[in-house]
Amino acid sequence: MDPVPDTSWPRPRTPRISARASYAAHALLARNGAYRALASFVERHPGLERAFTRGERVSKEHLFGCRMCGQCALPATGYACPQTCPKQLRNGPCGGVSPEGRCEVHPEMTCVWVTAYERAEASGHGEDLDRLQRPLDHRRWGRSSWLSYWQGRDADLWTAPGEDRPLLRRELGLTPR
Amino acid sequence: MSTSPGNGLRATLAAGRFAVTAEIGPPRGADAGAVVAKAEMLRGWVDAANVTDNQGAHVRMGSLGASVLVQRAGVEPIMQVTCRDRNRMALQSDLLSAGALGIPNVLLLTGDHPRYGDHPDAMPVFDLDGVQLTWTARTLRDEGELLSGRDLAGRPGWLIGSVENPFAPPASFRARRLAKKVAAGAEFAQTQYVFDVDGFARWMADVRDLGLPERCAVLAGVGPVRSLRVLEYLRTGVPGIHVPDHLERRLRGVPSDRVAAEGIRVCVETIDALREVPGVAGVHLMAFGYERGVPDILAAAGFSPDRGPAHDAPPRALSAVPGEG
Repeated sequence: MDPVPDTSWPRPRTPRISARASYAAHALLARNGAYRALASFVERHPGLERAFTRGERVSKEHLFGCRMCGQCALPATGYACPQTCPKQLRNGPCGGVSPEGRCEVHPEMTCVWVTAYERAEASGHGEDLDRLQRPLDHRRWGRSSWLSYWQGRDADLWTAPGEDRPLLRRELGLTPR
Repeated sequence: MSTSPGNGLRATLAAGRFAVTAEIGPPRGADAGAVVAKAEMLRGWVDAANVTDNQGAHVRMGSLGASVLVQRAGVEPIMQVTCRDRNRMALQSDLLSAGALGIPNVLLLTGDHPRYGDHPDAMPVFDLDGVQLTWTARTLRDEGELLSGRDLAGRPGWLIGSVENPFAPPASFRARRLAKKVAAGAEFAQTQYVFDVDGFARWMADVRDLGLPERCAVLAGVGPVRSLRVLEYLRTGVPGIHVPDHLERRLRGVPSDRVAAEGIRVCVETIDALREVPGVAGVHLMAFGYERGVPDILAAAGFSPDRGPAHDAPPRALSAVPGEG
């Protein structure tokens, strides 16, 4: 019997765009008043939002293997997507990485966190990996991360450097304080 | 949370005494006696024993139930909790259950992927990762609230532990990854098997440079390699274990009927060497399937059976378990 293909699990992806180009692109797309107004306008028009989200999906899927979690961690992970880890780890590699840096689940592929570490260190952003990444909000799968980012909703996806006793995100719950 | 002052993992670590933990793998089935038998082999020899959570992604009796059995048998449990099988709601409620039952220690980890387990067709959950689960536990205990922000009626009191693999790539990130877990709330950490003491010492130097031993007790993982079959399994069948060539040469260099004894000798020597590494707070002895050998290994390494809950009084958990006392 043929083995069952395991394509349903996320597969680590080496980005098709360099870390340097990614950081440069981010600088161009950084949050400002104009982008905030644009994002707000787009979200008020469902057809426009669908088209915008499709564009984000196609480009980020091609470049990073994006799965549209809707809460983009790329700026803090050397622009290697942690959602392509089969365990979807947001805070660094698991203990099962092989001595050659291969994924435990897909041994033919490089661990995405090894890729992230090398890219972040090589471009002077290694300290980003020390930040604590908060748990995902699973309601946001399939939504545009860029629209959220421009409107400030992604501001606390991860902790600031040196933050000592960070709190979990509270607005996710039923009774935020 | 131990039955008498001065005993248990928390007190041992607080006193700066070299700690010893071991591991109890629950059985595949509902046989409470199998858990008790393993606990009785360890009683007195360890400060606490990990109770694994579907280890290697193989279904076993749950770690909470087995932890209660271990505690009743007079051994302090460390309940392992992985992110593989439960979402954040189930993880929080199981942690609260452990608090209610007086489980004194929890060990929080990401967990092995189901791919290599006995249910590869299962849904891998991984709603949280090991760092986030550690963070969640501290939020429950120290903030007294759920991830949602809702207040708890009664806070759990367990000690929070985690794990790290000093040997897996990226090598220069591994101490920083432990630092993330410490920032998230880990108060002790057990490591993957150490067969390469020099490599471990290099990682430990990074750990000291980050100031972690003052905030988090590091227990080095050790275990006997009792056959060439086990050696091969550790080398190729378990993700993230580094077996150096000199160990392989040594075990292959003795007659086949002497491999088990040689493997135990190596384990004792490793424990001796690890005691000399600055910042190491204890050892975690993993002798899966060989619990009966734990006392001999620890005795050979110079430890005495004076650890864990006092044995003249019934363990405190008895009165906390419904249907008991």
